[in-house]
Amino acid sequence: MTETDLRTQATEIHEEFSDRLDVTVEEVEARLDTLVNEYRVPIDEARRSVTNTYLDEAGMDRDDLMGGDERVSVAEIDSPEEWVDITAKVVELRNPDSDAIAQAGTLGDETGTVEFVSWSKSELPTIEKGEVYRLGNVVTDEYEGQFSVKLNSTTTIEQADTELEVSNDDTEVEGALVDIQSGSGLIKRCPEEDCTRVLQNGRCAEHGEGDGEFDLRIKGVIDDGATVQDVIFDREMTEELTGITLEEAQEMAMDALDTSVVAEEMDQRLLGRYYRVTGPEFNRYVLADEVTVPEQPDHEATLIRARSI
Amino acid sequence: MASSPSREVARRVFAREFNDATHMFKESDDELAPRYSLLPTGRRANRVFVVGTLTETEDVGQDSEIWQGRIVDPDGGTFFTYAGQYQPDPAAMLRELEPPEYVAVVGKPDTFETDSGDINVSMRPESITVVDEAVRNRWVVETAERTLERVEAFEDGGEYATMAREEYDLPVENYRQVAVEALESLDTERAESTTG
Repeated sequence: MTETDLRTQATEIHEEFSDRLDVTVEEVEARLDTLVNEYRVPIDEARRSVTNTYLDEAGMDRDDLMGGDERVSVAEIDSPEEWVDITAKVVELRNPDSDAIAQAGTLGDETGTVEFVSWSKSELPTIEKGEVYRLGNVVTDEYEGQFSVKLNSTTTIEQADTELEVSNDDTEVEGALVDIQSGSGLIKRCPEEDCTRVLQNGRCAEHGEGDGEFDLRIKGVIDDGATVQDVIFDREMTEELTGITLEEAQEMAMDALDTSVVAEEMDQRLLGRYYRVTGPEFNRYVLADEVTVPEQPDHEATLIRARSI
Repeated sequence: MASSPSREVARRVFAREFNDATHMFKESDDELAPRYSLLPTGRRANRVFVVGTLTETEDVGQDSEIWQGRIVDPDGGTFFTYAGQYQPDPAAMLRELEPPEYVAVVGKPDTFETDSGDINVSMRPESITVVDEAVRNRWVVETAERTLERVEAFEDGGEYATMAREEYDLPVENYRQVAVEALESLDTERAESTTG
């Protein structure tokens, strides 16, 4: 048992009693240290013993505790303000939209995905995309029916050497990009707060005439010869797919005095090529968050089939 | 895949079958109703997606420009496509491209009767883009697969298989053979590129 681990355990115990008892993390740690390092008590047992001591002192039942040893799967998170432990993979990291947030993104395990934030003031180690972590003592939250978890100063982060197959509801489509529809390329969105409507001839359907903010988007059609699927590529995906950044697109439009040159260039670069697109479905669209060029199909297998008919 | 309610799928078809599809029809009397080409393998096609080698371009228009493109598939069949003033972008592509070049074409089937009474099948292009050999090879495999699916389903009947039996005297075995030859051509090309 290293000192850091003891400190972590002590912090967790302290967090559970900090509102009820005037006790410091150091005092908790000292008790743990005695049990673990002097009496060679296993840490789980030591933790239980120390916790029981404080439960008595505080006149609390074990059920009153916020938890901390409540191991759940992501799909089991169904109420706010629960203290839980999860083992999850970092699926996605987003740019935090506030200085108060150190990290934000999506965590996932075999049962589903959940959003998370890590507060700056908690000063937790940063977690990395694609890695699996055992997260002890995170607190659940809910907003409009969506659950999330908050990493806090009592949260323990331990990297796990295991692979995790994250479950998701994404749709995957593969085929030729046969059309790039109007409203693609360099577009302008309404600058009004919470309005992201695309301006038509400089007008927002809701807020009327406005300057608008430039954005990139592609509304495309993926067709495999059997079915068709509408796909939307947002700015990030459009930039990745076309190799044209928003800045470059604005320059192209400025040089030509016409925004349609951007969509025309995108037509030339993308139409008639094969793509595999994955992302969630929204209305009749798949919202692309991953695009790859599919590997060459095995023509030998098809040839064997063709000869056998 | 969830399908868009209104958009027609782009059929994959080799040139020999496409050019045999001389019968076109509408599902209703409505003037604006879509026209379908009846594929001999028993499917209707309102749109096709073709990848092949553009071998020749020519302005065949009288008063205004009408650009003709010849696009050859690995089986040796030739697709004809025509782009005039109502297809400005594809027309510009055909004007500017210097064959040979691998191209991908999304287009609508069209037919016209020649002076001698033959029916020629062609594509009215929605888009023409330059692609590479990998895209062409993928199209060949995909088109072979879709063709084989139609050949296999032909025996089970269905509205358009029945229509094809009535309109044409073209055994679907022909198109299985086309698929085999197209796939075999990929073998030859690969052998040539490794030995040569």
